[in-house]
Parts: sequence; C-alpha cells; structure tokens
Amino acid sequence: MSSPISRRHFLKTSFFAAGTAIAGTGIAKAATPADADKEPLVTLIDISRCIGCEECVYACQDANAHKFADPKKPFPRMYPDRVPVEDWSDRRDVTDRLTPYTWLYIQYASATTKEGENITLTIPRRCMHCANPPCVKLCPWGAAKQETNGLSRIDSQICLGGSKCKTVCPWEIPQRQTGVGLYLDLLPAFAGNGVMYKCDRCYQKIEKGEQPACIEVCPEEVQTIGKRSDMIRKASELAKEMDGYIYGLEENGGTNTIYVSPVPFDQLVYDTGKGKPHLNPVKDTMADGSNLALAMVIAPVAGAAAAVGKFYKQMKEDA
Amino acid sequence: MLYHFTARRTVYGLILFFIVLSGFAQMPIFDRYYVSDIPGLGWLAQFYVTHVIHYIMAALLLGLCAYVAVDFFLYRRFSTGASRADRKSAGNRSSIATRNSLPTRITISGMVKIGALSGLVVTGCFMVVKNLSLVYFPHGVVIGLDLLHLLFGMVLLGATAYTWIRRRTWVV
Repeated sequence: MSSPISRRHFLKTSFFAAGTAIAGTGIAKAATPADADKEPLVTLIDISRCIGCEECVYACQDANAHKFADPKKPFPRMYPDRVPVEDWSDRRDVTDRLTPYTWLYIQYASATTKEGENITLTIPRRCMHCANPPCVKLCPWGAAKQETNGLSRIDSQICLGGSKCKTVCPWEIPQRQTGVGLYLDLLPAFAGNGVMYKCDRCYQKIEKGEQPACIEVCPEEVQTIGKRSDMIRKASELAKEMDGYIYGLEENGGTNTIYVSPVPFDQLVYDTGKGKPHLNPVKDTMADGSNLALAMVIAPVAGAAAAVGKFYKQMKEDA
Repeated sequence: MLYHFTARRTVYGLILFFIVLSGFAQMPIFDRYYVSDIPGLGWLAQFYVTHVIHYIMAALLLGLCAYVAVDFFLYRRFSTGASRADRKSAGNRSSIATRNSLPTRITISGMVKIGALSGLVVTGCFMVVKNLSLVYFPHGVVIGLDLLHLLFGMVLLGATAYTWIRRRTWVV
C-alpha cells in the first residue's frame, strides 16, 4: 500500500496544483484529445481459449501486492450507523469474486453451443477500462484518473472511499476496503470510508514497456494487448473465424476491454451479484452529459441574443 | 424593484437552489445522511440524475448570466429609458424618473458574487470538457478543478446568504 499523506499536505498540494494549473497557460494543452500516436491500449480476451487455471488471478495479486490495503484495527467508529464497514483484510485469499485484494477473478459461465453441446466457459473478469469511464469522470475529488493510454485507476492516496465510483460503474467493479486512506486524517467519523480498489492494468509495468501481469503469465495467451484500432480489427477477425460474438465495443460507449465468445453473451448463465459483474448490454452512461454539453454552448448565445432583442424592442418603443 | 429585476431574481433563485443541491449531490452524502430517504428526495442519491440536473441548471445559468451581462452593458451604455413593463411597475412615473432609477453601479457584494459565479463558470466549463470522451486532463488539473469549483460554490453561497440577510442588492 502507498504511504498515507497528511491533510495539510493534501490540501497544500491540491490548491497549489489548482492555482498553477488553472491560472497557468497549459490547461488548453492539457485537454488533449487522444491522437493517433497515443491511441488507447485495448485488451482483447478470447474466452474460448481460457482454461480457468487462475494463473492470471495470482499473478495479478503478486504484481499488485504492494498496492493493497493494510488497515489498522479497530476501525474508527463511523456515523451514522448505516455506513457499512467493508473489511476484506482477513479474507485476502477470496478469489471467486472481486475484492479490494482480488482485482481479477475467473467467472464460470455455462452455455449451450450451436451444436447443442453444453459447455462451461471461464472468463477473466476485472475492470473494463471504459473509453469514457464514469468512475473517473464523476469522482467528486478527482481521486480516479484516466491516462492517455486508456487505463483508468484510483489513487489510493486521495480516494476517500465514498464508493460513488462503484455506484456509477455499470459493472460495479471497484471494491472498498475500510480503515485505510486519507479519510482517516480528515473526518473519519463523518466522511469517507476507506479506499476503493480495482484493476489498474498494472500501470507500473506498462510504464516500463512491459505487459500487465495477467497477460504476461497466461499459458493459453487468452489476452492480447495493443492499440485500439488493431485490437478491434483482431476481435472482428477472431469473431468471424469462430463465428463468435463481441462484448465491449458498444457497451458504455465502448470499453478498452473486448471479449470474444463462441456463444452469445445473452445466453451465458453465470452468477452475478456483489463483486460478480454481468455481461449484459450497457448503454452509454455518460452520453446524456455529453449531449447536454452542447446546450451549454448554445445557452449563453441565446441569453445574449434575448438581451439584445429586448434592448432593440425597447429602442423601437422609445423612438 | 423593477419588473424585469424581480423576474430574473426569481429565475436566478430557482436555478441557484437546484444547481447547488445537485452540485452537493455529486458527493455521496445524501444517502449516508438519510436525506434521500425523505419521500420525494430519493433522486438526490441517484448520481446520473443529479448529474443531468446539474448540467441543465448550468446551461440555464450560463444563459441567464449572458442575458444579464449583455442587458446591463446595453442599458448602461445606450439606454434612454426603461421598458414599458418597468414603467408600469414603477407606477406611472415619468420615463425620466424611471431612467434615473436604472442601476449603474455594481455593489461590492455583487462583485464578490460575480467573481464567484465567474469562477464557477470557468471551472465548470473545463469540467464539462473533461467529462467528454477521449479528453484527458492531467490529474493535478482535475483535482484543482474539483476543489476550486467547490471553493467558488462555497463563496457564492456565503455571499448569497450575506446579501439575503442584510438585504443587499447586486446593483445600485
């Protein structure tokens, strides 16, 4: 786990960042659309190849162990009583669902093939790394961030554990660990509840030009990572080859994780629930906001036009 | 109070109420503190609903700000009298008397509120751009925008409360 930072340090750093960033000249440059050279990275997961060996699960835990929470107990009392304590620190070996210590798990799904054969598919499940991730965009503190390579991650030094990211995630991926993080230095009784954790696609390995641990270790080469356009093309070819189906191209406006399955996703039978995400169609959750952005361009023009119109009308009246 | 000032104050008050409410609802506090349990307020805990409401109110606020700013500028520079509605609300006084009653100076508390509103508009616009797909802001900028937006909101709320209690106007 990363070392905690103090409230003073957090506020000082935040306001310094705010002042320099907003007052500075770089903000226009900062809002950089992804260009061709910085095309998001996408992982393509060929479900038909996965044998459910869980090598990826353990490799993920090993590679990210230094980021895991190490809470001190007892936890501070939180008010009101409805605030849930979510403690997975004594259940770190749970691997049949997502937890703050298991960012990737194998989901079992049964299905019937076109030939009528009953099969069991094993599906590596983790954060989908949405192209426009609501967990990042709607975080009220900016604790979650999206990088230009398309991965999204939560900064454990800033996250207060309010779990909004989980609520707005169509798959409810992020998982909370109580008793760690910045909230302990602020108002632990009245605000915050720990830190949210999820797959960060081994950003520290990607920065070094390496592959994420789950991809690196897989004996069946279930996953492939590459530029979005390349992976979409490959997914289409793979789907055509196996007469299969794709998940992730349209879901939530497109994700940077693409699954290819030999069976339609709506015919897969699997457990869902807490920490066990679904594979249902998902509408673009950020679309309404994006559409309304246009209204914010039109509104001031309309307001100014109305004022000019009113003024012109009165001038005519007075003339 | 001139007729159109009353109307715009009512519209501004409604926008301010809902934009502040939906703004605070972006933080996961209304569910925690039972506010969304109150019948009729369940929507306060639905982040996508409050997000859309905040955006709609922001658009209306931008429109109103532009209207008021242009209106104030035009009347201060070029006006020869008040509107018919204003003359009517002024109660059969002569157009010269009504013209003289037109405000020309922004008060200090009005300046503070305009400053806070400007800050909210600027940071808010950047945040809307940030929320578009395939737009990446550096992490420090995002945190800065979030905190500054909150800070400007608190300043506006404080100044509004002050002017409301002390019955101060935007302009004199």
